[in-house]
Amino acid sequence: MDAIILQFLNGVDKGAAYALIALGLTLIFGTLGVVNFAHGALFMLGAFCAVTTNTLLTLSQKVKDPSITFFEAYIDQPYLVTWYGDFGQTIINWSVPISLLLAIPVMFLIGTALERGLIRHFYNRPHADQILVTFGLAIVLGEIARTFYGANPLPQPTPEFFRGQVPIGAPFGLDISYPAWRLMYFVVGIAVMFGVFALLQFTRFGMVVRAGMQDRSMVQLLGINIQARFTLIFGLAAAIAGIAGALYTPTLPPNYEMGMEFLVISFVVVVVGGMGSLGGAVLAGFMLGVLEAIVALPAISDIIPGINQVIIYAVAVVVLLTRPRGLMGRKGVMED
Amino acid sequence: MSAILSVSGINKSFGGLKALNDVNLQVEENSIHAIIGPNGAGKSTFLNALIGRLIPDSGTATFLGKSLIGQQPQAINQMGVSRVFQTPEIFGELSLLENVMIPALAHADGAFKANWWTNLHDRKSVREAAERELHDVGLESKMYEIADNLSRGDKRRLELAMCLSQDPKLLLLDEPTAGMSRADTNEIIEVLKTIHAKGMTKVIIEHDMHVVFSLASRISCMAQGHVIEEGTPDEIRNSPKVREAYLGDEADEH
Amino acid sequence: MRSTDYLMILIFAAVMLTMPLWGPLIDAGYPDIMQRFAVFGLIAVGFNLLFGLTGYLSFGHAAFLGVGSYTAVWSFKLFTMDVIPAIIASTIMGGVVALILGFVALRRSGIYFSILTLAFAQMMYSLAYSVLTPLTNGETGLQLALDDPRIIDRAMGINPESGLPSTSFLGFGVTSGDNNLLGYWICAVIAILGFYIALRINRSSFGIMLRGIKSNQTRMSYTGLSARPYLITVFVISGMYAGLAGGLLAAVDPLAGAERMYWTASGEIVLMTILGGVGTMFGPILGAGIIKWLEAKLSTFNESVVEHALAFLPDSIEHSISVVVSKFVGEGWHLSLGIIFMLIVIFLPGGVMEGLQRLTRLVGFGKKHSQGDAAVRAPAE
Repeated sequence: MDAIILQFLNGVDKGAAYALIALGLTLIFGTLGVVNFAHGALFMLGAFCAVTTNTLLTLSQKVKDPSITFFEAYIDQPYLVTWYGDFGQTIINWSVPISLLLAIPVMFLIGTALERGLIRHFYNRPHADQILVTFGLAIVLGEIARTFYGANPLPQPTPEFFRGQVPIGAPFGLDISYPAWRLMYFVVGIAVMFGVFALLQFTRFGMVVRAGMQDRSMVQLLGINIQARFTLIFGLAAAIAGIAGALYTPTLPPNYEMGMEFLVISFVVVVVGGMGSLGGAVLAGFMLGVLEAIVALPAISDIIPGINQVIIYAVAVVVLLTRPRGLMGRKGVMED
Repeated sequence: MSAILSVSGINKSFGGLKALNDVNLQVEENSIHAIIGPNGAGKSTFLNALIGRLIPDSGTATFLGKSLIGQQPQAINQMGVSRVFQTPEIFGELSLLENVMIPALAHADGAFKANWWTNLHDRKSVREAAERELHDVGLESKMYEIADNLSRGDKRRLELAMCLSQDPKLLLLDEPTAGMSRADTNEIIEVLKTIHAKGMTKVIIEHDMHVVFSLASRISCMAQGHVIEEGTPDEIRNSPKVREAYLGDEADEH
Repeated sequence: MRSTDYLMILIFAAVMLTMPLWGPLIDAGYPDIMQRFAVFGLIAVGFNLLFGLTGYLSFGHAAFLGVGSYTAVWSFKLFTMDVIPAIIASTIMGGVVALILGFVALRRSGIYFSILTLAFAQMMYSLAYSVLTPLTNGETGLQLALDDPRIIDRAMGINPESGLPSTSFLGFGVTSGDNNLLGYWICAVIAILGFYIALRINRSSFGIMLRGIKSNQTRMSYTGLSARPYLITVFVISGMYAGLAGGLLAAVDPLAGAERMYWTASGEIVLMTILGGVGTMFGPILGAGIIKWLEAKLSTFNESVVEHALAFLPDSIEHSISVVVSKFVGEGWHLSLGIIFMLIVIFLPGGVMEGLQRLTRLVGFGKKHSQGDAAVRAPAE
């Protein structure tokens, strides 16, 4: 029983990543009507924002190694340590959370720039063209990342504070503990999702966007400048992917190909959740993340080896065959 | 004369709105049966229920002894029911000839035939049928043009030719002359009269009374999802119920 | 078949059969790259039957390619090193897998279809890496081994004198010997056959139905036609092309790895078709040729080659240019590919073929302009 709960928990942080990417995909998809094959690449760029932050914070100078006395040895010492001592070390240790300061604005800017420069010109082109151009964009973004950061995964530090295990089973009398960082990821993921839902529910901006998701042409007829809002939405979705990517780096060292792997699953999440349904995206994201973790339990994977590799796709097939619109899809949304 | 299509007790609601309310209708073989009625009377909805576009909540529709309800659209068409839509449904990227050859092939080969070796244009009889129908509707000279480049009126004629190429037993026409000039309308009337001489049952929805009274042998008038009156053109012309339905509609509009 | 169609086949056959003569002119005269032209041309032609005719964009075609390769290698291992049974088996397997996938994925259209095919191919890829290791030999890839059964070969007393056997075609070695063109001839002849069949399909009544599906599916069903069996049939045909191509890849180089099924491989097939010109007969082949040629050339470039080429420039300029250029060649050639692809989709959706058309129109502009004008004006007067 404990093992199941533990696997369940192991699934929720991955599920949170799926849900965050799927949320952005659905936002773009529901409002702009564009299928963004480059969304995984945005997640990947977010992760590399964390790498960049870490690189910047650990810019080093050569100093004499005090521990070696019989010849002159030099080690790299980050400027931050030189300047601030232990406090500098702490800052470096916290590079991943700090990277959000870079990731959010940078990703927002990248998102808006992409919408203005590229995506906007594809609103009236066939879906196949949208898929193709964003697919090309995903390749280009991935290759750019590789040019700068190489092909190897780059491990990022987990802040000392989050390195331990949290005994979350204790209040229920269960002996379950869970890595603090992944718990944090889950909590932040939930917070971002609540933030997005609140934004859509309680602001004028959100009201217009929701109306746009229902009926785009109607909103335009009302004389509302939907175009500017589309740009913001794309920026917002990119920023969400950025947050998801940056904070995921301690769990999974980023490399330039990670985007597509997450994208494929996030698409499945969107399809299972129901095209154009934000709630569906979040629900399906967690559901599939947890499902993937649970079937990896030895008790199950011994009986059906490799089930964890295919379970997500199998669920997608079953859902599509039984509920073609997904779990929470509405009639008439992206039917073609 | 026997009924080729017999409809009884068809109901369909959308939410709270009763779009079709106990519709009963008999269409005699080889007749031209017009359905008239004010806007929103449920005429197009009724045709949709016949061709499998929507499934009615209750009721029966029997065509040549077989039920139409719950059948796939392609199965209904293969039984011999073709429809001209209010907004022409054509193959925009294809040539006119190809547009008409597709339905002609569907008539010749059935719902599916993977005939991937024979050249399209080697199907002589199909090609001739397509050319003949294009000739009948007056589009023969534009045979190799792309359908999207046609005028609206020509698109309607094209769709008519597509349906005629299937030699249907029952042809459903949803406002075949809407938006056409008087001259074009008269031409369509002539086409429909000519094919009628060959023997083909037609159900036609029309607002233009000129078309209705020049073609129809029987007329049903629908209002608020219900057939309120049925009879010969003369009976309909003098029916107080029909007059009321139309006047009521006009009173609402002004 | 019209006379223009025969002309197309003649041109294509002539180009393929004379490639060993003109190949060296573009530095592509060796068997390996010519085989790639033929094999990827074949798969692009098959992909184009699906996407070009029906508009259904599959992102999972590499799965069939991979299945074809695995099947062929198994045929070599279990039965005989002859390529004929191997490529027949891989064609059939490509079709079978396409039937299974098509049955599910073709329930939806548009983007759903693209996503489902992509997901399916990724699933096949991860399966090939993990659970199916007994069949695929996982990460290492499936290879020939000395102790393979090769039932038929052994029964007939055919056995290599030493080392691993090489594939053969009716007793002639395909992979043995230097600059052996037999492998290329096999690929070229099959590519020509594949082109011919695709052309027949294009011109057939089956082909017009597929174009009808792309144009207006609503009309199709109210015209008494079931779109689904048509789609499944063309999807299977397309999968057979890909399976055959995978078999040919294994025939000229008998090994198969999971990376052949990775999404980038599927993407590459899409790229070729779009780059060349989707829906045209020659476009996909042209696209396959361009991409495989660029891959062979650009990916072997490195900084020193670039510097050598720019040696005539002053040192400081030369260095900065070569630093920039080197990002786009060698390992970075995918970057160039991605950029070219984006530019094509944005500015030239009809691909190179549309570009050529525009170019010819531009060249003959002065003359045709006046004629066109007259033709337009005449009816109005």
